[in-house]
Amino acid sequence: MFSNPDLLKFIFGRLTLESIPYHEPILVATFAAVALGGIALCAFITYMKWWGPLWNDWITSIDHKKIGIMYIILAIVMLLRGFSDAIMMRIQQAIAFNGSEGYLPPHHYDQVFTAHGVIMIFFVAMPFVTGFMNYVVPLQIGARDVSFPFLNNFSFWMTTAGAIIVMISLFVGEFARTGWLAYPPLSGVEYSPGVGVDYYIWGLQVAGVGTTLSGINLIATIVKMRAPGMSFMKMPVFTWTSLCTNILIVATFPILTATLVLLSLDRYVGTNFFTNDLGGNPMMYINLIWIWGHPEVYILILPAFGIFSEVVATFSGKRLFGYASMVYATCAIMILSYLVWLHHFFTMGSGASVNAFFGITTMIISIPTGAKIFNWLFTIYRGRVRYEVPMLWTIGFMVTFVIGGMTGVMLAVPPADFVLHNSLFLIAHFHNVIIGGVLFGLMAGVTYWYPKAFGYKLDPFWGKMSFWFWFIGFYFAFMPLYVLGLMGITRRMSQFDDPSLQIWFVIAAIGAGMIAIGILSFIIQLVVSYIKREELKDETGDPWHGRTLEWSTSSPPPEYNFAFTPVVHDHDSWYDMKNRGYARPLQGFKPIHMPKNTGTGAILAALNIALAFGLIWYMWWLVVVSFVAIIAVAIGHTFNYKRDFYIPAETVSAEEAKRTELLAKQV
Amino acid sequence: MSNIQSQSAEKPQFYLEEDHHPEGSTNLGFWLYLMSDCLIFATLFATYAVLGRNYAAGPAPADLFDLKLVAINTAMLLFSSITYGFAMLQMERGAKQETLFWLTVTGLFGLAFLGIELYEFHHMIHEGATPQRSAFLSAFFTLVGTHGLHVTFGIIWLVTLMVQVSKHGLIAENRRRLMCLSMFWHFLDVVWIGVFSVVYLMGVVG
Repeated sequence: MFSNPDLLKFIFGRLTLESIPYHEPILVATFAAVALGGIALCAFITYMKWWGPLWNDWITSIDHKKIGIMYIILAIVMLLRGFSDAIMMRIQQAIAFNGSEGYLPPHHYDQVFTAHGVIMIFFVAMPFVTGFMNYVVPLQIGARDVSFPFLNNFSFWMTTAGAIIVMISLFVGEFARTGWLAYPPLSGVEYSPGVGVDYYIWGLQVAGVGTTLSGINLIATIVKMRAPGMSFMKMPVFTWTSLCTNILIVATFPILTATLVLLSLDRYVGTNFFTNDLGGNPMMYINLIWIWGHPEVYILILPAFGIFSEVVATFSGKRLFGYASMVYATCAIMILSYLVWLHHFFTMGSGASVNAFFGITTMIISIPTGAKIFNWLFTIYRGRVRYEVPMLWTIGFMVTFVIGGMTGVMLAVPPADFVLHNSLFLIAHFHNVIIGGVLFGLMAGVTYWYPKAFGYKLDPFWGKMSFWFWFIGFYFAFMPLYVLGLMGITRRMSQFDDPSLQIWFVIAAIGAGMIAIGILSFIIQLVVSYIKREELKDETGDPWHGRTLEWSTSSPPPEYNFAFTPVVHDHDSWYDMKNRGYARPLQGFKPIHMPKNTGTGAILAALNIALAFGLIWYMWWLVVVSFVAIIAVAIGHTFNYKRDFYIPAETVSAEEAKRTELLAKQV
Repeated sequence: MSNIQSQSAEKPQFYLEEDHHPEGSTNLGFWLYLMSDCLIFATLFATYAVLGRNYAAGPAPADLFDLKLVAINTAMLLFSSITYGFAMLQMERGAKQETLFWLTVTGLFGLAFLGIELYEFHHMIHEGATPQRSAFLSAFFTLVGTHGLHVTFGIIWLVTLMVQVSKHGLIAENRRRLMCLSMFWHFLDVVWIGVFSVVYLMGVVG
């Protein structure tokens, strides 16, 4: 039976033993480590008898708080993968001089830089941001969950499925060697005949479904589920930036989906959208992908702006300066982000008028962004600033982001861009804004909301370690790249001829090493804080003297968030409640209507992994089977009409009584 | 601080005693989904607008399109929208059998539309106008085919809903679902008007 090549080809498609990279020691060692770690984890879960709770309380959970936490765990796990790619590149570039080829052969190096970009954007930054929006937004608007709780669970598992598909490529086959946006014709079937680009396409398509649906879900939640009294201009700023981000998600991810469909048609069916002959036009792809891609960077940065706004107001002990201008600036950025995509390829040669238009719109974005920076500064001005860890990240952000913003304006000038295009200057610029903006924001957010989610603060010493190593490491890692970029060094090179450049790459590698210590400190911080959780405990639910509604519930909040729906009179509504003598209700609890858990989301996502795997390896039977199964499970799910239950009033009452006791201890 | 406290001596209401049930999420959510789907079509239309004249020395729209056939096809889809409207009117009256009847008619019109479209595709491919032949044909088949796929899913959804209506009757959930499918169905109609005008009419006339 096994001698029949047709049958083997039918079953396995183009997957052969040769596709397993067992001859690459780096990958074999990684695989061994991942496998051993995985087995150890499974053994530990079995030993602790956690499989049941894991399935019942987490995997099938439709609680927005648990889904938010799972998103962030996914992001942190993928951060480790994305960062390993980064440090591999930095080491390679630091040693591949004077005739040395380094330790990464070009075909491997090209996969590493592609995977680094894809993972950091789609599977670190996106789930991190979505995790925060999921966790925080319903609490900030006084809701009990999102509008569509099942869809939320499904979105999360689709995002995870996308991440798993990309991770499989590490050990079965290869990943794309095209750069993170897979420009054709390089990503076309002629120049990338392997499975790499297919892993890329299907990983992003599966995750993209999740992202789009979670965008729809969160817009509906923010528009429809706000507590009474919370008009749009009384929404907390983080909720505002989340709203704008989700509008951007819904308005751009379909474009990515459609564009990748066209690319996959070129690869699978042989159409001529982006080919060089028969009328195809590769620049069409580059336009379309950036019509998604530019708003995408605002999708990432806007929630970070929201986090900084919350942190600055809280730790300065003041209302946010210029709330209304903050809202308008956010909306202006949201709209302008659509009008700038062409600045990613001024060198396409679309002529002076077109380039001038896009150059000017790009520069205009710096105005609302600058307004935001001033608003934060004026909030700090004459405030009683507490330099807790979230505030450190915020100050670090303000310094770093301004530099990144200014180099961005330099790149927005078309004649300058012709010189700097595709150089390391660009790499330095976008890492400057993504690390200095998005990542610092996310770290501030983790430190800020961690006590809300888990009931104890994070250890400040390791938080400060993490901050300083990230902060200084960032400057060491990326300032040399500005210098190299100005000298004309292009991106994505695996070897260099000119020995005078080496010192800059060595400095950058040292910076990456410092960032590694920063990440390590963060993980130590999580462990140390868990060990010291009694000491760091937050029993008040309001450890930072917060200003918005999420601080009015206990830490961690009960399943139903609020026993009684709050009524809002001000945009700093919790501060307002504290000031005007709000008394927590102690009786009159009612049964609370909640949605039931379901495993459908996780099952559908698993089937999507099978579908993608079949498509990648041309296992057509698997494609058909898993596709039919997806439709059947989805339809089957709609036949279940009993999706809700009531939390009995006694349970609510008991839960609230526990909190009353804790609060009584404070006085 | 004490100043503020003394200023606001009166205590406003800070929480609701009764249950708070925000409504209307599904309607908004489905509209948002439709708009996101609309963007997929917008991308395909843009691609068609840019690549639609790249015939690569192959057939052009005037050589391929049979406007009479497309007119019949358009009529099928428009009729299906009207009959879906009838189904919704019957649903409002609470008449289950009549609703199911008009949904069946809608489904049949949908199938007729798909049948004619598949016939057209088959005919074109038979003449050598395959999706691989030129960028124009790639864009044509993808745009029109994506619409056709949507109609196919609409019919699967329609059948599912018919089973659910006959099983549980016109309960609130089913009425909401019928409403969503109704919006989806009319949306496909609107997209088809765009396809008919931009691809077929402008292709043959322009």
